Amino acid sequence: MTNEDTLIIGGKKLKNRLFLGTGKYGDHRVMEEAIKHAATQVVTVAMRRVNFENEEEDIVRLIPDNIILMPNTSGARTAEEAIRIARLARASGLGNWVKIEVISDQKYLLPDNQETLKATDTLVKEGFVVLPYMSPDLMAGKRMIEAGAEVVMPLGSPIGSNRGLRMKEMIQMMIDELSVPIIVDAGIGKPSEAAEAMEMGADAVLVNTAIATAGDPVQMARAFDLAVKAGRISYLSGFGSTSLKAQASSPLTGFLD
Amino acid sequence: MSFYDKLQHLKGLPIADHLASISPSEIETILTKSRIDEHDFLKLLSPAAEAYLEVMAQKAHQLTVQHFGKTMLLFQPLYLSDYCVNICKYCSFSVDNSFPRRRLTMDEVRKEAEIISDRGIQHIILLSGESRNHSSVAYLIESMSILKDYFASISIEIQPMDTLDYQKLVKAGIDGVTVYQEVYDEKVYSEIHTAGPKRDFRYRLQTPERAAAAGMRTVNIGALLGLDEWRKECFITGLHAAYLQQTFPETEVSVSFPRLRPHAGSYKPKVMITDKHLVQAIVAARLFLPRAGITLSTRERATLRNNLIPLGVTKMSAESSTVVGGYSEPDVTQSQFDISDERSVKEVKEHLQQANYSPVMKDWQLI
Repeated sequence: MTNEDTLIIGGKKLKNRLFLGTGKYGDHRVMEEAIKHAATQVVTVAMRRVNFENEEEDIVRLIPDNIILMPNTSGARTAEEAIRIARLARASGLGNWVKIEVISDQKYLLPDNQETLKATDTLVKEGFVVLPYMSPDLMAGKRMIEAGAEVVMPLGSPIGSNRGLRMKEMIQMMIDELSVPIIVDAGIGKPSEAAEAMEMGADAVLVNTAIATAGDPVQMARAFDLAVKAGRISYLSGFGSTSLKAQASSPLTGFLD
Repeated sequence: MSFYDKLQHLKGLPIADHLASISPSEIETILTKSRIDEHDFLKLLSPAAEAYLEVMAQKAHQLTVQHFGKTMLLFQPLYLSDYCVNICKYCSFSVDNSFPRRRLTMDEVRKEAEIISDRGIQHIILLSGESRNHSSVAYLIESMSILKDYFASISIEIQPMDTLDYQKLVKAGIDGVTVYQEVYDEKVYSEIHTAGPKRDFRYRLQTPERAAAAGMRTVNIGALLGLDEWRKECFITGLHAAYLQQTFPETEVSVSFPRLRPHAGSYKPKVMITDKHLVQAIVAARLFLPRAGITLSTRERATLRNNLIPLGVTKMSAESSTVVGGYSEPDVTQSQFDISDERSVKEVKEHLQQANYSPVMKDWQLI
């Protein structure tokens, strides 16, 4: 991996490809430490939890200035709600990056691609850098890009499930076919799964539950950082081909030719 | 099909006999599963499952942390009125209990809001006795014009309403409805609700459905524990929540397990539910409903509430007053029931932090 291996989103160059969520931490100080040890450059914050009036609870205050803040529209069940939350975030001074999260199913918390697309369309026109979180679907991804999404963020498995890359085949198609960076968001439960996503060619991963609910979140953040880096190097190195048949490096039957 | 129809199917089933026949090996099998169905849920409420409470609690904790994190939403009730038109044998607000009734004026609503808001609370629930005249849609909308300046999320626990009325309230910014069925046995229900519109069992049972259909973001249900056999009541509460989740995927469903508390009347609980039983109800519900909210009020004492934090609870009230106007003028009138945990919001927050839980004061906002 060279210094030139950067990910560019919204005109910003990123060297670290691990994005972090801020939910589910029992202790904000642990969250701060985890962010530090993950070496992340992008952190997402649920606008519904942002509480500027209460300093003690203000998560935003705990995020270092050199980290890009990506407010998300968690809690939105329609495009309209997501749009209003995004506008509120920008008006509150949280920048113009927004992760669109529209979840109308409260049991499995699966994103609603159709509403997400509507919100993406509107917010791009309003000048936001839009990163839509979505169910992996190639055509829906294409439409998000047509609407102006800077990246697409397919889920690996349902949010908070820690079940890994259950949607692997669908994500691979998106990686292979779509023209914008693919960030695997949700479901990644272990560093090895983050590495796997990166080896598949994902441009970044977003992790929250796996770190926030780990026995030692700080060490887990570090492990994820290393795994994402390893996965990226592995992908860039190019894999040897695979074969069903044995291909010995020094053939034993070559003399028969 | 409404949940009422499902309840009719349950009516003739020998649930009590079935509960008594569950064997330890059946519980052990259930505890190896990653997903449990309603038959398993019933078994986890059986006497046989009591021997497995620790294993159930561990699993409940794990599931709760996975889905909700180590977080706890704190909220407070705001009692608007104690006028009521029903006779409920177990409730202080019952119309046959004599005490000076009161409804807050808009100035008083503001006073209460200021005090609650100063404590850092951003989620409130508006409560009233059940009286269409005193806690009318118009009165609630007028109150909202004041309250929305103070709070991020406002829900209600008042008399059941029609869908159209709920729609008006959603438009005004109210985002949740709590309605306790009190008791799911229709016969017992009729015995303890002796007068007033609340006697309509079916209308009350279908209230969460009307609220969800009207677009309420959250619906909280529960049975008042003590009015009938608790295992059966908790089982049906769980089925009711699962039905709502299935039928209204956009609605966030929560359950409560309120135990009957001392009140102004002379009604004595039919059943005593012990702390151990309450724990069993909560952890069984968490295993059956991994994504449902579980709400715990100040009816329970501080020590027990502290111990229940890691077992599945996701929302807690704190420093509650169950008196109309009770925050600005404590003890001026009748409380709905006695509270047990009298700690301040600050103290509850401190305890949560010591327990490595993050108190959440804001989890949504009026937009």
